[in-house]
Amino acid sequence: MIPEIGHYALVLALSVAALQAAVPMIGARMGADNLIMLAKPLARAQFLLIATSFITLIIAFVLTDLTVSYVVANSNSALPLFYRISAVWGAHEGSLLLWVLILSAWTFALTLFDKPLPLKLNADIIGILGIISFGFLLFTLFTSNPFDRVIPPPQSGRDLNPLLQDFGLIVHPPMLYMGYVGFAVPFAFAVAGLLNNQINSAWAKWVRPWTLIAWAFLGLGIALGSWWAYYELGWGGWWFWDPVENASFMPWLLGTALIHSVVVTQKKAIFKHWTVLLAIVTFGLSLVGTFLVRSGVLTSVHAFATDPARGVFILMFLAIVIGGALLVFTFYKPDAPQEPHGSALSRESFLLTNSVLLSVATATVLLGTLYPLMIDALGLGKISVGAPYFNSVFIPLMAPLLILIGLGQRAFWTNDSFRRLSNAAKYPLLATIILALGTWGMIDDTSPIMALFGLVLALWVIFSTLAGQIRHYRSSKKLTSPYLGQSISHIGFAITVIGITLVSSYGLEKHLRMSEGETTTFGGYEFRFAGASAISGPNYNGTEAIFLVHSENKFEARLAPQKRNYHSGGQTMTEAGISPGFTRDIYIALGEKINDTDWSVRLNIKPFVRLIWLGAILMALGAITALGFGNATKTSHQSQKSYRINTTTRISE
Amino acid sequence: MRQLIPFSIFIILIIFFAIGLTKDPRLIPSPLVGESLPVRQLDELRTAETTLLTSNLIGSSFILNVWASWCAACLEEHHLLMELATQDAIPIVGLNYKDTRQDALRWLDKNGDPYLQTWFDPAGEFGMELGVYGVPETFFVDMTGTIRHKHIGPLDRSNIAKAIDILNAEQNSSL
Amino acid sequence: MKILAFLIFSMFIGSVNGQTFLVDEKTFTHAGSQLRYDALMEELRCLVCQNQSLADSGAGLAQDLRKKVVAMIENGNSDQEIKDYMVQRYGEFILYRPRLNYATVMLWFGPFVLLLVAIGVIMRIVQSSQSNHTKKKVSSENKLCDDEERS
Repeated sequence: MIPEIGHYALVLALSVAALQAAVPMIGARMGADNLIMLAKPLARAQFLLIATSFITLIIAFVLTDLTVSYVVANSNSALPLFYRISAVWGAHEGSLLLWVLILSAWTFALTLFDKPLPLKLNADIIGILGIISFGFLLFTLFTSNPFDRVIPPPQSGRDLNPLLQDFGLIVHPPMLYMGYVGFAVPFAFAVAGLLNNQINSAWAKWVRPWTLIAWAFLGLGIALGSWWAYYELGWGGWWFWDPVENASFMPWLLGTALIHSVVVTQKKAIFKHWTVLLAIVTFGLSLVGTFLVRSGVLTSVHAFATDPARGVFILMFLAIVIGGALLVFTFYKPDAPQEPHGSALSRESFLLTNSVLLSVATATVLLGTLYPLMIDALGLGKISVGAPYFNSVFIPLMAPLLILIGLGQRAFWTNDSFRRLSNAAKYPLLATIILALGTWGMIDDTSPIMALFGLVLALWVIFSTLAGQIRHYRSSKKLTSPYLGQSISHIGFAITVIGITLVSSYGLEKHLRMSEGETTTFGGYEFRFAGASAISGPNYNGTEAIFLVHSENKFEARLAPQKRNYHSGGQTMTEAGISPGFTRDIYIALGEKINDTDWSVRLNIKPFVRLIWLGAILMALGAITALGFGNATKTSHQSQKSYRINTTTRISE
Repeated sequence: MRQLIPFSIFIILIIFFAIGLTKDPRLIPSPLVGESLPVRQLDELRTAETTLLTSNLIGSSFILNVWASWCAACLEEHHLLMELATQDAIPIVGLNYKDTRQDALRWLDKNGDPYLQTWFDPAGEFGMELGVYGVPETFFVDMTGTIRHKHIGPLDRSNIAKAIDILNAEQNSSL
Repeated sequence: MKILAFLIFSMFIGSVNGQTFLVDEKTFTHAGSQLRYDALMEELRCLVCQNQSLADSGAGLAQDLRKKVVAMIENGNSDQEIKDYMVQRYGEFILYRPRLNYATVMLWFGPFVLLLVAIGVIMRIVQSSQSNHTKKKVSSENKLCDDEERS
């Protein structure tokens, strides 16, 4: 009964989405206020219906309702409760339902904060989000229905993939989708703005908070994914340039360009084409990512059970939505002539360069990710484009970016001089060189030169940001949210770079065979294999090995890596033993059992690896700080004038 | 005009994606198509002492089927190979890959032996020469010992028919 | 698709029988070989578990290929010869770093070309505005000094 309610709610949501897509937008064209006013109730109704549907699916999993085929495929009564709930989004159908739920939640949130928006613009924004929701609901109901029944029900479920039976599944997809899907809001703002020819400073002011929040969530989602892969997969990697990882990274990269471009449009009412295009393409990349993951065109560890039929649907949807938006963009002419761009070293120039560099970086990742597909499509064979390629081309692009962050955030708007900037850069640069050379020299006799480059670039960002923040505080006598947020995010980025640099340059690994009771020295630590014993869990059994780590006779850590065999699927999983620390992670993974006393083991020392994720958290924190609860960024006078002329009635509660 | 560029690039991307949907990214074509079958000495499965030169078969085209007793998919295609064997149109040679002699012989006794000869490759060394990465895989070799086609996965009637056509076409063009 | 699933599945069953092949510093006779081996392992792709490099994959074929690479290093073969050996049998697919040829020119030079185009675009936009930007406007705005550096 309960799954039927869920199914029915979803069908109702589809009808509501259709209305939400059509009615407000038609009303806006006709000037019929009563139709426009339907936008809010329709959006809210849709959210309630999809939420109801989602809750019934959760109930089906909690009760392990084996008459629902999606539950059978992904769950099991022996599965612990938390994993039963997160299994809801563990596979294609359920995660798609999560997708539409989050989309409707974002739309609902928009209806709560729509007061400053002109009626017609708001109607179009809600309408466009309705179109997207309609498409996804259609897709879900017709090709990926999570409520399909299996009568008679089987004896037991197939169980959730052991890799997913983890805290990571509880947090990573929802966080990621909040960001991924969240970029639909700037997209809707962009297309609505184009349709109403209202791309201006006020428009930028309204869209900026939504963009920042989506970007923050996406960044956190990616960081969570990286952290999860690190401790779950058992070989200590934190980024693999896997196609699906790239699919989430590209919207984040381009989203970064977008948040910087939006600031310029807000401040000076320029870069209109660029900002709007970025907003469209960023969400376009989100949809491309959805396509790549669920269609089977690329091999990936993340890919859901793929089905080309589903791929066709998503492709058509992608073509219509993004193709349509880009077509509207093609004919866009700004309502007012844009102010002249600033001088070569002005803040605008730096931000333009930033946007462009990030766009090139995004295009590079896209090129590498899609190249095997393109070569195959052209009949030129099958090739692989993997981490070695991406590292070679991506990292060099980041270097100029880091340099420019330090300079750009100090540059004046409209005009600045080389002399003034180099004066501002003096002390940070000095501090950078001293500290970088000092640290690099101290760490190791054989320090790689790449480590020095990474440290110099990251420290440069940190010191120039601190200098700028101090200067800003002194001159304005307070900490303004946008500037503070900017500083936090930039420093966060630098910290991530430091983490990446240190772990790549100074990480150590050793494979060896160890017998019970044996001790080995590695990386300045003593590892003793204390013993292995049998273990069992709710739906698995296996072996746990205990390792005691000492450093100069002082106790350092006790690690317990495991090998687990899951009952229902028969899969074997490696759980790494990790001793987390700020300055280092000690990471041990069990290989194969060689005989009753011997195991092959992999020992790892990972210096400062946690900085990678700490930096990501700071980046997101900075974005939220920048939202500011009080301090508004100055908007350009010219567009404030035009805004007052163009708007009609406000939305009243 | 410049503003048309994003739309144009997007359309090209969609076209690539559409073509991509018709392809299987996991299938890896063999670089050995068009090359000669590597010449190696291998043991025969049944009579452990006899060693065979893979070049012994040159003179007529043949099918080289890579199989193992632990491979479920090999069982799927086996009846088709039995059929082909009874038709006697083209000789079939087996390569028993990463298996034990006992298990392999037992499997053949149970399911039938369509093979003219079966080469025994317990360590997978010859398989590596052939670029085998899964079982079953089947090579179609012409009378000069050149590999003309490789099929990955279990065979079905249309695969076999198409491959034999390729072999015949080569044969006719060289006459 | 089901066929491929079967194939991969079969591959897994077979690999359970294999002996553990462990590579550590004791495996090699020459000092630098371990480093060469580790580097090569990151460059080669597993054809069975296609999302993993040979370093990480547990598949039977990966094990065999690792043994082969060790044997070739001990034999004195160069990195290039080892890669060529793999490509001859498994195709370009096995290399994670695509080799530069007519098909991959766009891949390797594309980013660089894009960057040059991007720099060109930036320079054009800035220069065309430079001519619009008068000196008078510059000096009057500079007087606002600190105020302007604020975001």
